[in-house]
Amino acid sequence: MLDLFDDYTLRTVALGSAALGLTSGALGSFAVLRRQSLLGDAISHAALPGVAVAFLLTGSKAPLVLVAGAALAGFLGTLLVMGVVRTTRVKYDTALGIVLSVFFGFGLVLLTFIQRRPDASQAGLDRFLFGQAAGLLRRDLLTMAILGGLALAVMLLVWKELKLLAFDPDFGASLGFPIRALDILLTSLLVVAIVIGLQTVGVVLMAAMMIAPFAAARQWSDRLGVAIGLAAAFGALAGVVGSVLSSEAERLPTGPTIVLCATAITLISLVFATRRGLFWQSLRGRRDRRRLRLAAVLADLLALEEQHPDAGRGHSAAVLSVMSGGALSSLEELERRGYVRRLDADEWQLTDAGRQRASR
Amino acid sequence: MTSGQIEIQLIAVVVAVACALPGTFLVLRRLALVSDAISHSILLGIVLGFFVVGNVNSPVLLLGAALVGLATVVLVQVLERTGLVKEDAAIGLVFPALFSIGVILISRYADGVHLDIDAVLLGELAFAPFDRLEFWGWDWGPVSLVVMSAILAVNVAAITLFWKELKLSTFDPALAIALGFTPALVQYALMGLVSLTAVGAFDAVGSILVVALMIAPPAAAYLLTDSLPRLLVLAAAIGAASAIGGYWLAYALDASIAGAMATMTGVAFALAWLFAPGRGLVAAARRRARQKLEFAQTMLAIHLANHEGRPEAVEESRVDHLDRHLRWDADFALRIVRLAERRGLVASDGLRLSLTQAGRELAADALAR
Repeated sequence: MLDLFDDYTLRTVALGSAALGLTSGALGSFAVLRRQSLLGDAISHAALPGVAVAFLLTGSKAPLVLVAGAALAGFLGTLLVMGVVRTTRVKYDTALGIVLSVFFGFGLVLLTFIQRRPDASQAGLDRFLFGQAAGLLRRDLLTMAILGGLALAVMLLVWKELKLLAFDPDFGASLGFPIRALDILLTSLLVVAIVIGLQTVGVVLMAAMMIAPFAAARQWSDRLGVAIGLAAAFGALAGVVGSVLSSEAERLPTGPTIVLCATAITLISLVFATRRGLFWQSLRGRRDRRRLRLAAVLADLLALEEQHPDAGRGHSAAVLSVMSGGALSSLEELERRGYVRRLDADEWQLTDAGRQRASR
Repeated sequence: MTSGQIEIQLIAVVVAVACALPGTFLVLRRLALVSDAISHSILLGIVLGFFVVGNVNSPVLLLGAALVGLATVVLVQVLERTGLVKEDAAIGLVFPALFSIGVILISRYADGVHLDIDAVLLGELAFAPFDRLEFWGWDWGPVSLVVMSAILAVNVAAITLFWKELKLSTFDPALAIALGFTPALVQYALMGLVSLTAVGAFDAVGSILVVALMIAPPAAAYLLTDSLPRLLVLAAAIGAASAIGGYWLAYALDASIAGAMATMTGVAFALAWLFAPGRGLVAAARRRARQKLEFAQTMLAIHLANHEGRPEAVEESRVDHLDRHLRWDADFALRIVRLAERRGLVASDGLRLSLTQAGRELAADALAR
């Protein structure tokens, strides 16, 4: 862990991954909220031909040029998805799938076409496919930080509008907000967040970085601001831990490691998050069931005593078990609480406190 | 064409048809992206199968991969059932995680074996004819052609046998339950077919092309027909045509065959989107233009009927005054008058218009509605 402060390469990679996790965690939140989680997957795949075209047109491999190409293609892909959904009966998921696979296939055609040209200067383009965090340079880091910072700043500026877009776009439209324009703005922000991450985690795994942080953060809070802040923090945490882990262990590719860290954070949150977590849910469920069982036995006993008013006689657990099942353990618990008393080996009677409680 | 070229195209066509059949149901059931998830997570199945048998060519790998494909679907449903995440997010959580585990396992324990991620994702159809199935002293053809033909046969058989169940549970799951069918079972069977097809196809063409071939041809066909049998046939035909077109595109550019085939499925969808009879963008634009003209003629008839036999009719029925009364520019007004004359709605003495009986009826009819 100390290496983080000494090792220049590791620091660059960790910072880059943190920036990526932060941006995609925060902006991906809106996509998840709007049930467009897989839009990120489509955009990241659609970005590939943009990288290739940018290189073909300019012959440059400067990060800003390639990122601009990726962003344009990703944006075009999203517009096509919106267009197909609006003008045909093809559904959203199918439109996403078409754009995702066709753009990616076309990108592949271009990449192989470039590769087989005589001037083999294309090396480095295919790191967009699978990501290569170890190859992050200082200039990449600068590009990522500036673009990510800008995207986050815009998000904060139009926070209220985005919130409205996410939760009630129809109401927003009725208030006169330009919902279509906001939709396109949010998509552009997503595109920026995605192209920042592409060279680090690659096209295939970028989707997870948009989804996992918010899926985790959502479990901890019902407030949008808190949840998105948490999502950004989780994303950054996954980025740093993943990149450090992959540099410590041998042959542990960075992108997949970061994604698995994010998945682990999500799983932990799903199970242990306060209130919503599955673990607490099951504890609560068990407690509720027990409380119900106790109340049922108490009510049954009261009913029996009212039907058989010859005072002093108790009733057996077996009879009560017939009425609501497994009564013995409940009776013992009720005895401990002072609501029933045991007259005999198997004869039970309500105490005064128990009678009061049962008839309440 | 060499025999190698013919074999590659044959494999491509068989893969395309085999993918289009279950893909049609995915598109109809709004499960298109499940193909994306399955085709990625089967990487893990292949790696695990490889650890068990230690051989990349064993059929056990196919089985393992198909099982992991099914497990993906089950995991997504388990996550969704917790109520803590929505379906789309659940898909996006499960498959990258499984894919990541697969990639890490490969790079740590299976480096150097013929299990490279590029091949899984991108496929290389060009090498398929070299891997031949030979036994009993006979050359049965390329392995992937034999495997994919078998899978195609399974798909056709399953869809024919369970036609009624598939159709009912796709279009009306509630009715299916009421009639005593179990749509959940049909769903898993369909997912099993998708997994099997994806596993068989990815070896030849890579997982991204599997997604393209499963989704784009059925989506294109969906814009062309309303009948399920025709939809399946059209999807298969569009897939096959894209496969062959893609092969020659790749040949011309000396580029990835799988990528070119995916591109052609996109071209096919774009063509359907633009030119589908009745539903395409072009048909819609022409319909709008025609409706605009018809509406304008009706307006003209109503305008004339309104003023017919009144003192102001002299002014109102002048062709060169229509721009003021109906707010049409002069060219448009002239065009509408000509169209209306040709349809026998109005008659003109060169300067003034009068309604014919047909025009009067049209105006009365439009006003009465």
